[in-house]
Order: sequence, then C-alpha cells, then structure tokens
Amino acid sequence: MPKRTDIETILVIGAGPIVIGQAAEFDYSGTQAVRALKKEGYRVVLVNSNPATIMTDPELADATYIEPLTPDVVEMIIAQERPDAILPTVGGQTALNMALALAEQGILEKYGVELIGANINAIQLAEDRLLFQKAMIEAGLEVPKGGIARTLAEAQTVAAEINRYPILIRPSFTLGGSGGSIAYDPTDFVKKAEFGLRESPVHTVLVEESVVGWKEFELEVMRDRANNFVVICSIENIDPMGVHTGDSITVAPAMTLTDREYQRLRDMARVVMQTVGVETGGSNVQFAVNPDEGRVLIIEMNPRVSRSSALASKATGFPIAKIAALLSVGYRLDELQNDITRTTVAAFEPSIDYVVTKIPRWAFEKFPGVDPTLGPQMKSVGEVMAMGRTFKESLLKGLQSLELSRTPYPTPQYSVWDGNIESLAIPRAERIWAIWEALRAGHTPIEINVVTGIDVWFLTQMAEIVWLENEISQYPHLEDLPTQLLRKAKRIGFGDAHIGWLLATNALKVREKRHTAGLSPTFHMVDTCAAEFESYTPYLYSSYESESEFPPSDNEKVIILGGGPNRIGQGIEFDYCCVHAVMALRETGYEAVMINCNPETVSTDYDIPNRLYFEPLTLEHTLNIIEREQPLKGVIVQFGGQTPLNLVGRLTAAGVPILGTSSDAIDLAEDRERFATLLRELDIPSPAYGIATSLDEARIVASHVEYPVMVRPSYVLGGRAMAIVYSETELQGYVKTALEASSGRAMLIDHYLEDSYEVDVDAVADGERVVIGGIMQHIEEAGVHSGDSACVLPPYKISSYHLSIIREYTERLGLALGVRGLMNVQYAIKEDVVYVLEVNPRASRTTPYVSKATGVPLAKIATQVILGKKLAEIGLVEEPTVRGFFVKEAVLPFKKFWGVDALLGPEMRSTGEVMGHASHFGHAFAKAEMAAGDRLPLKGTVFMSLNDFDKSAGLKLARDLHRMGFSILATKGTAAFFERAGVPVKAINKVTEGSPHAADFIQAGEIDLVINTPLGSTAHSDGALIRTTAIRYGVPLMTTLSAAQAAVQGIRALRDKSLKSRSLQEHYRSL
Amino acid sequence: MTERTARLALEDGSILMGIGFGAEGTQVGEVVFNTSLTGYQEILTDPSYAGQMVVMTATQIGNTGINLEDDESQRIFLNGFIIRELSPVISNWRATKTLDTWLAEQGVIGISEIDTRALTRRLRDNGSQKGVLSTEAHFSNDNLVAQARAWSGLDGIDLVQAVSCDEPYHWTDATDDVWEFKSSSTPSTEKLHVVAYDFGLKRNILRRLAANGCQVTVVPAKTTAAETLALKPDGVLLSNGPGDPSALPYAVEATQQLLGKVPVFGICLGHQILGQALGGKTYRLKFGHHGGNQPVRYTPTGRVEISAHNHNFAVDPASLPAEVEITHLNLNDGCCEGLRHTSLPALSIQYHPEAAPGPHDADPLFDEFVQLMHTHKK
Repeated sequence: MPKRTDIETILVIGAGPIVIGQAAEFDYSGTQAVRALKKEGYRVVLVNSNPATIMTDPELADATYIEPLTPDVVEMIIAQERPDAILPTVGGQTALNMALALAEQGILEKYGVELIGANINAIQLAEDRLLFQKAMIEAGLEVPKGGIARTLAEAQTVAAEINRYPILIRPSFTLGGSGGSIAYDPTDFVKKAEFGLRESPVHTVLVEESVVGWKEFELEVMRDRANNFVVICSIENIDPMGVHTGDSITVAPAMTLTDREYQRLRDMARVVMQTVGVETGGSNVQFAVNPDEGRVLIIEMNPRVSRSSALASKATGFPIAKIAALLSVGYRLDELQNDITRTTVAAFEPSIDYVVTKIPRWAFEKFPGVDPTLGPQMKSVGEVMAMGRTFKESLLKGLQSLELSRTPYPTPQYSVWDGNIESLAIPRAERIWAIWEALRAGHTPIEINVVTGIDVWFLTQMAEIVWLENEISQYPHLEDLPTQLLRKAKRIGFGDAHIGWLLATNALKVREKRHTAGLSPTFHMVDTCAAEFESYTPYLYSSYESESEFPPSDNEKVIILGGGPNRIGQGIEFDYCCVHAVMALRETGYEAVMINCNPETVSTDYDIPNRLYFEPLTLEHTLNIIEREQPLKGVIVQFGGQTPLNLVGRLTAAGVPILGTSSDAIDLAEDRERFATLLRELDIPSPAYGIATSLDEARIVASHVEYPVMVRPSYVLGGRAMAIVYSETELQGYVKTALEASSGRAMLIDHYLEDSYEVDVDAVADGERVVIGGIMQHIEEAGVHSGDSACVLPPYKISSYHLSIIREYTERLGLALGVRGLMNVQYAIKEDVVYVLEVNPRASRTTPYVSKATGVPLAKIATQVILGKKLAEIGLVEEPTVRGFFVKEAVLPFKKFWGVDALLGPEMRSTGEVMGHASHFGHAFAKAEMAAGDRLPLKGTVFMSLNDFDKSAGLKLARDLHRMGFSILATKGTAAFFERAGVPVKAINKVTEGSPHAADFIQAGEIDLVINTPLGSTAHSDGALIRTTAIRYGVPLMTTLSAAQAAVQGIRALRDKSLKSRSLQEHYRSL
Repeated sequence: MTERTARLALEDGSILMGIGFGAEGTQVGEVVFNTSLTGYQEILTDPSYAGQMVVMTATQIGNTGINLEDDESQRIFLNGFIIRELSPVISNWRATKTLDTWLAEQGVIGISEIDTRALTRRLRDNGSQKGVLSTEAHFSNDNLVAQARAWSGLDGIDLVQAVSCDEPYHWTDATDDVWEFKSSSTPSTEKLHVVAYDFGLKRNILRRLAANGCQVTVVPAKTTAAETLALKPDGVLLSNGPGDPSALPYAVEATQQLLGKVPVFGICLGHQILGQALGGKTYRLKFGHHGGNQPVRYTPTGRVEISAHNHNFAVDPASLPAEVEITHLNLNDGCCEGLRHTSLPALSIQYHPEAAPGPHDADPLFDEFVQLMHTHKK
C-alpha cells in the first residue's frame, strides 16, 4: 500500500504551551511529522499556540498558524485552508481533544475533513475509562476490578466481587483525592467506606482493586493499515504502581520479565490496539503486573504518540512519530526504511545492547505549600535520559545529567534520609538518594523492597554501587587506588567527581589519573539492532568498553552544548535556539555536533545534527567529547540557557575554544561588582544595590538603597527565593530564612522600582555593530519575573524618547561587553528614567518569540556571527519592523498545584508560553489569553478587589467595564471608592468577612472575570483563596492592574470585531 | 561470590578477559550472537545451539533466574554462554535458582564482563568464529587460540544424533491455560496424530501442536520412513536442530520417502531437510540469524511477521525446483524463510513458529499444518 494520493493538504495540530504532563516531546513529534509529510509532497498546515517550538518555524510547514487551540479558531483555519485530512496524534492530549471537539461540533463533517492516524471511536474508547474497561474485558483482558457505590451495602457488594484486599476507596468529587483510603480487610473496609461516603459531596465512592505496589510496565507499539504490529520498546518503571509514569524513574528495556511474561504483554498490547481500533500509528499500553504471581492488568492506553514514545524513540533510534505520520498516509511498515541502518526496513522490533534510564526533574522548591509526595498526578517539569551498557551506568549517568544543586550521589551535606527505613515508603523526588543512603547505612535490598515495593533487582544494582563505593574508599588517597578498581568504577558509571569525593580529592585529579592510566571512554552507536547490521547514523553515547565506534571525520567541527533537562526558567526556547544553531552550522558547511541529555527535545533527534552525543552536560562528559571530536573549531555555549554557561569558565580553563562572546564577557555581565563598574563607566543608570551577609548589614543596605527592596540569595538563578520587601519588619523575617537557606552566604539587595514598566530587548552583535531584534514591553509591572509576565512586541505604551534611550543603551552595552552573538537586556522605566536591570550575553527565553514575530531568525544569524561573519555581510543592519501586535503570555502550573497562591512575583513559575498576534493590541492580547486557557468574557460580571494604590487607576477600568454592560462586584473598600465616583457596584464580602463571600460567588459561577491586585503580605493571604478559586473554576484572573487594562482592551476589541487568523507565511508576505 | 577469571579465545587470535560463572574448565565451540532481549533460559536449552557458544547482545542477564517451566529440552546443549553482566540476584515470581548455579549443575561455562558489543561487531563483520572458553589459568593465551584453530568446527558434522531422543515417546501437554495466547483456540474434535522427528526438538513445538489438537509421537532422528508410516500419522513434523543440514543424508532420504504420502511440516533444520528432499541445496550464512526481531514477509498475503530465528544455514531458492514456492522472505537480507510445495502436502519455515523465546506472530503456521492434515485426510 503506497501513500495516499487522494489527499493533498494535511492539518497537523500541535500540543500548545508546555505544561506539566505535556512538554517539549510534542515539539519533537510534531516536527518529525511535519517534516515527514512535507517530504512526501503533502501540503502541511500547522496550528500551535506555542511560539517557542521548532515546529512553528515558518520554514517547516506550508502554512503555520500560531493561534489559540480552540475549536472556533481551528474551524476558521479549516475554512481558510480547506485541508483534506487532520493528523491529531502528534500533539498530545490537546490535539486528541481538539479532534473530538471538531467531530462533536460537526466541523469535520461540515468541511469534509478526514481524521488520519486515529479515528473518533478509537479516541473515545481510549479516553473514556468505563468504555475502555468494558472493551478490555470483552476482549478477554483484565483491568482493575471495581465499581461505583452509593451506600455501604453497595460498596460491600463491589468489595465482595473484587474479593481481594487491599481495596482502594475513592470518594467522588473531592478535591485532590482527599478522603481516599486503602482498606486491608473487611472490617477495615466498612470503616473506610463509610468515611469515604461521608467525605464525598455526592455520597459516592469508587471501590477498586488496589494495584499500589505492583510492578508497572509500558510497551510502545506501532500498527499499520495491513495489521502489521511491532513493539518498539518495553519500559519498566522502577517506582511501582501508584506513582505517575511521568514521575517514575523508568528503564528500557524491561529488566525483570522472562520471555513468557514479556510475550504475554506483547500479545495483550496487540489485542488492545485492535480492540481500541488504532489502525495506524504509535500507541502505548500500560500494564500492572503482580510481582507475586505475575497476574497482568491493563491500566491504560494512549492512541497517539506520547512522552514515552519520544523516550522510546530516543532510547532505540526508532523515530516513532515520523513513522506514525507516514503510516497515517497509507504506507505499511515494511515499505519504510530504517533510517539508522539504511539497509533494513521499519517493520522490525529494535533490539538494544545498552540500558536506558529516564529520571524526572521536579521544581517543588518553586511551589512552597505543594505536597511533594509523588502520586497519580504528574508533578515533574522535565526529565533526563541516560544510556550506559548496564543499568548501573545509565542510572549514574542519569543522576549526573540532572544538573541539580545537590551532588548526583549522597553526601552528608545533601542528606535527604531521616535514618528511618519506613520513610522510604513515601515516593518523593529525592527517594533515589534516600535509598542510596539507606543502602550505605547497611539496609539490605530486601528490607528496602518490603518498604518501597521497588524490585529487588534494581535495589541490588544500587547496592552494587554502594559496595564499590566502599571498596574505593578503603584507599586513603587517589594515588593508592589501583587502576583496575578505577577502571571498574568508570565501567560501572561513576563520575570522576564521585570517585574524587570518595577519596577526598576533586574530579580533575581523577581525570588526570585516568589519563595517565590510559582510561578513556569509548563511544557506541545507538543502532536499533544491537550491532547486527552496520549502521550509518552517528547517534552516540559513551561507556568504558574495549573499542570506540564511528570515529570523527577530518572536517572542522563545532560543538553545541544543549540545555539539559527542562525546568522552570529553562525550557524549550533554548532547544529551539540550539536547533537553529545546528541548522546554521550545517548550511555554513561545518559539522554540527550536538550534546544534550533531554529526550524531549528536537535537538536530540538524530536527524538534526551531523553527530549527536546523548550525554550528560557535565565538564567530564563534555571534555571527553571535545577531546574526541577533533579538528574542532570550537564550542558554542550561548544557546543552551544557563547550563553551558555554568561550564564555560571551566571549559576555557581547560583550553577549549569558546566561539562567540568570550567567557570573560559573560563573567563581566554576571558578576555584580564588575557589572556595576561597567554601568558607571558607560553612564547607564541601574537601581541602587548592595550586598549583605547579616541582618545588620541587610538593614543598613536596605535603608541605603531605599525600600521597597528586592532581596535574593546570591547563588540562585531564575529568581529562586527572590522577594520584594517593603519594610524593615518584613526584612527581618525574610533575611532570617534567606540566610538559613544560603548557609550564611551573601544576599543581594536592590532597590525595587515599584510601578515601573519593564522592557526586554533581544539583540545580536558582532563586535562592531549591535542590531536589535525586538523590543518587548512587559504587561505586568516590574517585580513580576520576566518569564511570568505577558509581554507585547512592539511596545504599546512607551514613548519614542524612552525607546531611543533603550536602543542607545543596548548598543553601548553590546559593544562594551564585546558580545558576539545574542544578548538580552532587561530595562525598567520609572519616572522618565531608563534603568538597566540585567544583561545576559546569550540566547534568551524570548528569542524564538521575537524571531517568529519579525520573521528574522535571530539564533541562526547569531550563529553565523559566532562563526565570524559580520552582520553587514549577513544583511541585518537595522531593527526589523513589526506589523501588528504579538503578545506572549505565560502559562502557569497552578491548576496542577492546588493550594499554591497564583499571585505573580519575582520568582518565575511558568512552565510555558503562548503567542497571540493580530493587527490590534486588544485582539492580540485576547488571543494570547485564549491560547493560555483564559477566554475573556464579552459580557457578565466582573469582580474587583484592588489595593489602595490601584484604586484610582482601577476606577477607569470599572467605568469602561460598566459602559460595556458588565455588572461589577467589589469588596467593600473598592466598592465604596467606586460608588463615590458614581460607578454602579455591588459590595460583597471578603473571604475573612464570612460567607457568602467572593470565593463563593466564583464557585457558584456568578463571576466571569476576576481583577485582584493585592499589595503587602497581609492582603496576599486574604486574596489567595479568591485566586485559587478562580483558577480552579477556570475564571480569567488578572492580578495586576496593567494586565487588567490589557484585558479590558482585549474585551473591547473582541466586542467590536471578531477574531481573524493569519498564517505566519501570509503575515510575512504582507510586510 | 569470589570472582574467577575466565578467557574467551577466538580463532582470529583475540583474547577476551572476563569473569567466569557456571562450570569451570575449557571448551571449544562456534561463537554466534543472539539479539533477543528476553529468553536466555529458552536459548540455553534450545538443542539447536549444540556445538555453539552464544553471545547475548542484551547486557543484563540472569535477572529472572531459572524457573521450572521454561526449559525447551531436558538440558543445556550449547558449549558456552558469553554475556556482559550477570545479575547477582534473581527477581521473578517463578524463579527457583540462579543462572550461575544452573550452568554449574549443567556443566556449562559462562563468562561475563565481556565487551559483547565489540565481539558482536567482530562476528558480524568477519562471520561466526571458532572459539575457546576457559577458566583454567594453566593454558597460555596462545595455547587457547591454537585450540580454537585446531577444532574442526561444525561444518559437515552431524550434531543431531547427540541431541535426538533414543526412544519414541508420546506427547500430549498443550500450552498451559495461563500462558495460552490464542484467543479463539478451536481444537478439532478429531485428534490428529503427528509424528515429530526429533532432530533437536524444542518442547514448545510439541505444546503448540497439542494446543492445536494434535497427539504427538516423537521419534528419534534416524527413524526410517517405513517406521514412521507404520505409526499411521496424519502428518509428520521435521523439527529444528543443530549443525550443518547437509550432514544428514538419512533424514533427507526419509523425508523424500514420506513426501506425498503424508503431510510434512518442517521447522528450521526441518525446513532445510525438506528443502534438500525437494532437491534444493543449503548454504552457510555469514553470521546467521539469531534473535527475536526478524521481519519476515509471508508472500501470499504480504503480512509481516516479527519472528524468532536461530539458524546459521539457509536453503538456496535458486536450487529448488519450479514446483516449490517461496512463501516467506526475510526483509532484512532477502533470505528464503519458508516454502511450500505446489502439489504435494509439504510446507516448512526456516524460523520458529513456536517462538520460545520470541514473538508469537508465526503461530498461525501450526493452524496451516493442521488444515493441511485435515485436507489430506479427506
């Protein structure tokens, strides 16, 4: 069956903003799908609201819509582009839900569009828990037994049917699963079922067989139109059932299954695919396996590519999303080539001769108050993957890849275990080190297995690591360590730093000893076939074996350091920049060598760079590759965010040529003292600041720089633990905790420019010339982290006088720092003075957004500059003009993290971003809000609760809203103020004044928009419930006055004129 | 566990140092690699590996120990087991002993901590090699290499007789209910009688025949056609087995005499025997097919099976007469993987419909054989 010729145009739906549970992996899968379909000659239309993605690059699809992913907008695009088919399986749950909505609303039928890759029935069957369970049982497969009960008697009937304890009791409609419990015997069951029924507001409980503690497996499978079926990868979770797969440490291939058991899962997965009706494409099937008797239950399946299929693709070299896209247009697996071997077909099952470990990365420190226990809801924000010849090696490499502030191995300084073995039962982010500590303390794998349910095999592997630690630390000095033992440690995966720590020395000393002993890593290919066939794709990982594969070519190479695991503050934007750098290098004729350890990314698609090293971004691993990849022109560090910058000093010290902005210039911009001196020399104002190491010093500095002040511990990044402090009393409280947290290290105290406007500038410089790529005005005031603030390009209310100052300062800074490549400058404007807040001589979070808004690929141009070209030669000599408005809005994870105050502040907490563009600011803002999940209301009721500073400015808003027909509710103070000014308003209670209060009204659905601007810490706590309630019930929430003003402009624009959408390509053509 | 050094010497002169497990001593064999991710117990007990040493490309071996159910024959026939890492513990609900203990009991030498990838690449590039595994320190490296080179190898040698049963026996056990994977198994009310030639028979072939409603009489490799026909079979199965198919003239002869009188189904070595009986020739593959992920196209329908393979030899399609149709083709290298006679009731495949270890995609071939027997019976 060759490809279909009856379809010409295919609409691909992207996954939208990065959120917890749906991250950069869908840029990887979407990009693969778009490229594959284009190559087959189809016209590809793409819609995705996320501007930070590679898939939304205008060169990729034929028509790229960066538009809100709502059915009405997608319908508009369908009407404009008239696609023949929609591929909804590469954009995560977002795209599947969109397909369902389009089908349910009759839009598919109306425009005669066909779904490819998955059909509606399959999507519904996989989505609807009850339908799915029923179908599985009919197909002869087992699912966890259970049922709904409204009375104790009903509950007991269900329990009798299950006939196996423990039994899970989950009350319906309680927040975050509260009231849920596990019953261990019939007496216990009565007590807990009664409790559950009482807890549930609808007096209903779900009674289900508990599989907590069972082993969890997943198969990544593919099927084609001819019913050919292959398993791409088996994955085993180290954390047993009960922890979301996204939060589990997982291993491929499965480690503890015999062939019989594995084939049973394979047969079942095939039945699941057939039963759900996935005709073409990739899916995953999750299983729970009872460790005591091997009984298998089907937990769920996703009829689409997923986070784990991205992982499986990277783990095996089999590009699931690409192949899925090709199968969806009619190809059969045996008609497609295996890209890696180039001689065999895609109809096969990869065999791997290494072990892959994925470890999630969490950000609980950003969300105080969130329960850090891991459970059925995913909480991690990123992940790393590591490959080694053995599990031990891949686990140790994975832990080194995480780039945490702690060491990758336990040390007394970073101890996370309380000494109590029972505490290991609670799954949490640090459990892997707690277990390691317990093993060091002499607990056996079996003891730990009993408490945690983690398979003894994995625990014994960890114990082997501890045994080797003990063996090494018997030697007093590094010099005494026998080479054989050093070799063994390296072969097992110990980092140089780890060995150094065990012998009270440092990593570089270990490295020297290794070199003397001739112990260097070997490099191996990810070849899909365990070396059975020769392969030609240089996708490599390191180990310590007897020989290396795929030696470097004689061509001059450039190494790009990637961004490592996604985290808050460093995400997909930097991967976008790395990919652009690779493309620019390839166009220029250099060999592009990529190093990264994040399986979710496009940069780690073996199709992108000339050579891919899937390795930790540590000094050790990076230097190993640098030593190998000669001749080397140099290393590019400015695209991978903070990760490579943390290495740059040590790389320079090791004699590695850094391309672009020098390491000294980077230090000049980052070192507070040096930077302040530079600003003084350049005559550029910045907020007054000082450094303090004690409360007394802090008091003096704060009064010197004047309140309010912004305080932060000096060693942190990304706004971690930053706070705005208004008074000495507040300062006392904060300084105490800050000093405790930073173990007495210095704090930075800046004067906080309250009520100022913040502006971000992205620019590119070549040493002679600085060209601005875009000037963005933040919609929220200074004080909200730039990553969490909405912003607009071009600035919508900054005078040309201030803009000219900004341009001039940017140029002065770029030249003075000797920037070669990208730079980002943050400014604040207050009372006619333009202040510089900070300069980052590297790619910024906004680089992709600016590039898409202007059509100027900044990262690519910067790469050419880095390689020695002048901007004049490239043809970029002036700031690009922007037509219309491009609004970027941050997407925050508060919906996932109940109980966290949604107030924006100096600490960044957003996970992703969206963009809205239109010819008017109001429309662009409304689109951005819509894309972020907040639909601005056109009519209804607005609730306002404003602080005293905002009341007079808020009055204009209230008047505007009233004129547009909105009813206004307000807390008493605000209401009184409005009434005096003649705006009709109804006063309602604050939360502290008792019910019915504002939160009750929100809950009752009587409020359509919340404007709540608090100030000072006391108001924060009162407003917190209002804000959390608004988020929980999906009511648009504005916490700053400027955002509220923008929202009112948006509402007005929407009322005046309906939205339009235009592809980027069309937009650029109109310029 | 005290570590003891072991060495693997190859005929190309290389010496690989590792850690010994299982039995001690010195043993020659032909070194081949297997890319299956699971199923080392089945591989170890597959008599087809007689005379060979198997390198597992999967790196973590021994994790699930050894259990009572998964043996494919009464003992281990292979000559050595070469792995990257041996698990110090076993973790599986069915496991009863460790791989180390079991290999020691069976007198088989294992070696771990070998760079199995480098070894596999060498076997891939240079072809299967003669090798010597030794835990004995008194042999010099040169001596071990010399032993490897001196060994006559497997070509032209009849290894079947060493692994075949001595006496005929009956088999009725089907696949256990808990492990049965066929959703609609419809065993015929009328039991078919199959005579299975044991050239190195895997038990799962018998279980699958029984699961498809057959009563099986297993007979020794040298059973004549007349002896077989005297058992009044509805069909004859030619089993898998070790070594060079061209060294088994007695089996080819018996098969020739059975052709046309009773339906014949050949598996693996049985396929090579049938191929020769039909007039074809066999040849040696560079490094063979050993693994559970080989794609094979069933040419009549185009369906692709992911299948379990274990063969060093293949039937040359050009050598076959026109009445023989090639039914199965390997998508990796175009190798003939199955055939069928257009008029006589005879079919065969080069790989393992019984899997064990491996995917069950080719299991419907047992149905095909059963259908053939029914048709022929009428």
